[in-house]
Amino acid sequence: MLTIPATIPLLGWSWNDLLFLLLAGGLLGTALLVVLGRDIIRCGLWMIVCFLCLAGLYVLVGNPLVAGAQVLVYIGAISVLILFAVMLTQSKSGPARLVFHHQAWAAALAALGLAAVLVIVDGATNWPLAQPDRQATTTTDVASRLFADFVLPFEVVSVLLLAAVIGGVFLAKKDDAPRSDSDI
Amino acid sequence: MSHSLDAYLVLSALLFAIGTFGFLARRNAISMLMSIELMLNAVNLTVVAFGAFVAKLQVHAAVIALLVIAVAAAEATVGLGIVMAIFRNRKTPLVDEYDAMKE
Repeated sequence: MLTIPATIPLLGWSWNDLLFLLLAGGLLGTALLVVLGRDIIRCGLWMIVCFLCLAGLYVLVGNPLVAGAQVLVYIGAISVLILFAVMLTQSKSGPARLVFHHQAWAAALAALGLAAVLVIVDGATNWPLAQPDRQATTTTDVASRLFADFVLPFEVVSVLLLAAVIGGVFLAKKDDAPRSDSDI
Repeated sequence: MSHSLDAYLVLSALLFAIGTFGFLARRNAISMLMSIELMLNAVNLTVVAFGAFVAKLQVHAAVIALLVIAVAAAEATVGLGIVMAIFRNRKTPLVDEYDAMKE
């Protein structure tokens, strides 16, 4: 009978810690690949892996409902949409020789500064909420809250989605009448 | 480590910074949209992490995260529609060549 030890044998970590490290490393690594990659199709594919790691983190933190929505909406819909758009807009000349703006170093500085500020603020704040033994969010609770107290935001979001669908179709459809002014 | 809120907050801060860099530095409009998705996901991770570590916010965080995901889907639809519309006129997805206002 094979039993799984409570902690990892050599390191003494809990399995949750190992999972967190793996998922966090995968998340940051694939996010960097998305941002730094030269081939935009591969960027889109790495983005799917990034979203998958994030869904794993949601499960780890005890929120499987949001993880399911993440997989369905982000991996199932948004990634496919973005990949379609990439394939529609890629020019024949292939990926441009210059992926980044010339001012990319300034962007890197800004991003590093932002990360430093956020991490310092997080370290300086004493969150009064350590709660070691938490339980997972149950779908029943979320559903009863969503359809009782938050029914107005829910309906607003559904109207927003409808408006976005109509707007997306309108923006992307071909103009029937030939336009006289060609400079937009 | 998986039992500390700080780990999740630092993780999402780094993810947000990576998204910021991508948004500022990439030339391709669709890459910029991907970076926006990364930033939205970082915010969502923050919300879900707070929900997991504050008992009072547990259900609220799930509701907020679901609404954010729905709004992100709407944003991606409209954003990509705009990119396609501009692409049809300018024949390029590179944002630094959208310089009609300069001419």
